[in-house]
Amino acid sequence: MNKPAPGALPHAGFEQADQRWRAAFDATPAVAKRVVNRSGIEIKPLYSPRDWSGVNFLDELGFPGEYPYTRGIYASMHRGRSWTQRQLIGLGVPEDYNARLRDILAHGATAISLIPCNSVFRGYDADQVEVELLGTCGTVINTVEDMERALEGVPLERLSCALNDPSPFTLLAMLLAVARRRAIPWSQIAGTSNQSDCISHYVANHMFFRLALPGARRILVDHVAFANRHLPGWNPLSVVGQHMQQAGATPAEAMAFTLSSALQYAEDCLARGMDPDSFLPRFTFFFDISISFFEEVAKFRAGRRIWARLCRKRLAARNPGSWRFKFHAQTSGVDLTRQQPLNNLARVTAQAIAGIFGGLQSLHTDGYDEVFSVPSAEAARMAVATQNILREEAHLTDVIDPLGGSYYVEALTGEMERRIEEAMAVIEAAGGMYAAVEKGVVQRMIGDSALAFQKGVESGEQTVVGVNAYRIDEDAAQYRALGYPDRRRIEAQLVRLAEFKARRSGQAVERALGELGRAAQGGGNLFAQVVEAIEAGATHGEVCARLRRELGFGQPLTVV
Amino acid sequence: MPDRSRIAAAGSANPPPKVIVTKVGLDGHDRGSRVIAAFLRDSGMEVVYTPPWQGIPAVVKLAIEEDADVIGISSLATDHLLVPKLMAALHGAGAGDVQVVVGGIVPPGDERLLLDAGVARIFHPGAPLEEIALEIRGLTAKARGLRTGART
Repeated sequence: MNKPAPGALPHAGFEQADQRWRAAFDATPAVAKRVVNRSGIEIKPLYSPRDWSGVNFLDELGFPGEYPYTRGIYASMHRGRSWTQRQLIGLGVPEDYNARLRDILAHGATAISLIPCNSVFRGYDADQVEVELLGTCGTVINTVEDMERALEGVPLERLSCALNDPSPFTLLAMLLAVARRRAIPWSQIAGTSNQSDCISHYVANHMFFRLALPGARRILVDHVAFANRHLPGWNPLSVVGQHMQQAGATPAEAMAFTLSSALQYAEDCLARGMDPDSFLPRFTFFFDISISFFEEVAKFRAGRRIWARLCRKRLAARNPGSWRFKFHAQTSGVDLTRQQPLNNLARVTAQAIAGIFGGLQSLHTDGYDEVFSVPSAEAARMAVATQNILREEAHLTDVIDPLGGSYYVEALTGEMERRIEEAMAVIEAAGGMYAAVEKGVVQRMIGDSALAFQKGVESGEQTVVGVNAYRIDEDAAQYRALGYPDRRRIEAQLVRLAEFKARRSGQAVERALGELGRAAQGGGNLFAQVVEAIEAGATHGEVCARLRRELGFGQPLTVV
Repeated sequence: MPDRSRIAAAGSANPPPKVIVTKVGLDGHDRGSRVIAAFLRDSGMEVVYTPPWQGIPAVVKLAIEEDADVIGISSLATDHLLVPKLMAALHGAGAGDVQVVVGGIVPPGDERLLLDAGVARIFHPGAPLEEIALEIRGLTAKARGLRTGART
């Protein structure tokens, strides 16, 4: 695709000039080192019209907002509207979360995110796990009343909410119940079920509630169907490349696994008889941005192009809204170092620029102190400020797709596209993403890449400042980590949970959980029953336990 | 690449060290534990790898059944706070000779908590794999020494 068409090249004298440069370059031994990016692509020292001539401009790139969207999914991109500044937050008890949320909204964040406590990811209520761990990595939210406290004074109808909500999507059910109590119509609720991509949990970060995979597969599609019917502003699916890349996949592999997963979910929805144009516009993506700058830019540009073609050709979607590759991205935590942690501000800045030039719709910048703990309030504010500085002081958003047309970036975009499609072909040959993860194909690729990367760091082939180069003596104790939640607040939260259970109608909860169980055995929409159960006063842990009882207990699909 | 000859020379353990690589608590992020497990295995150790979310009694039982020399706990999201409970449970089960190391995100203020509970070593992000392997060989010798001492 990036081969110049015959006759397109070059101007008189091009060959001679090219040879002259090559000879001069080769005479400089110090820079003749072989360079290979994380995805295994060899990087040349110079790119020219020989690598990308632009003759296929409309097919390969087109204009922003036009198929195949290589230059961005909207006509005006960041010149028209900034990306959403969506900082992930979650800590302590609901009141702690509420205070932090109001703080970052006051400092420029423009959307809500909610990270629940790891106990919630595991499918448990606060009274089912060891108390030391509660609220240390996310907010303890088990009931509709917890959600009310977490969102007190926050205008739900005006902000988009990203809930890190591993299936069965109980946090969304709680949000819908809160909306009902505030008399906000569900049609005004906007946002995303973040992390709803079950495959990425089973193979990569294992933040799921231990339901057997076939059950998770079903409830995901039920939840898409529910959103299609009742929640016009909600994106039920966020397909997560971030988990795979953080687990060790190369950028090209992570994009390939993400697109293969999205394809699998789309085919499941088609098998349910849904129209591709009803669900594809609600598919969103979530990626990692590593510090491999140009590779990340190319990854995003290539991903957009491949997804547009898949949606249009393979999934036969007719609405251009279905072809758009909408994504949130997060700067890579794996790239941050504990050594000289303030250096992480520079890393996060470089990663964020790559994501912005890659055309993201929503961005989370990591706190520099995430190497020690959940970010401190100061680090979280600096992370938001980084985005404001890049946009309003550095003027990164003045021009749409500013790297478009760079010989290097266009050639690399094409090369990344080829790598991504090769890895997708491996998944396809294994029988699709579910089959590939059951066979361990994906996990082996991730594991091999993780070990290879680490060995590159150990050998010094990949510099990590402060770790294998430019080291200084320092005392880590000078950096303060965020403390853990006050045990008394956690104890109070446990008391509130017990009071909530005592106050609700046990009969109504039993009836709703019974309906959920029957839906699990039969063919009803499971997520609709989750919404009913939460509304009736069931807790997150009770909903998860009932689903596990009916649909089986799940294990991570790990290969070492 | 690891310098295999140096690693082999550093410890004279025979049979090779037996290491459990595991995660306790609630977090599932396992890149670190998988990379360490693969590296130690490639360095000639016998590695027993578990999925995340192990309960403390399960880890103690495994250590005894497998006659492990070292337990490596990977913790990225505060699960290290459970490690003192693990140490107490190992001692309670008469397996106090098993050496325990922790790797991952351990806030500076929590190191004392773990070391006072008897954790042999904490590896922070950036610790070279080779250094970890060397340390584990040394700790294996210590565990075996304690075991021999206990028998006589």
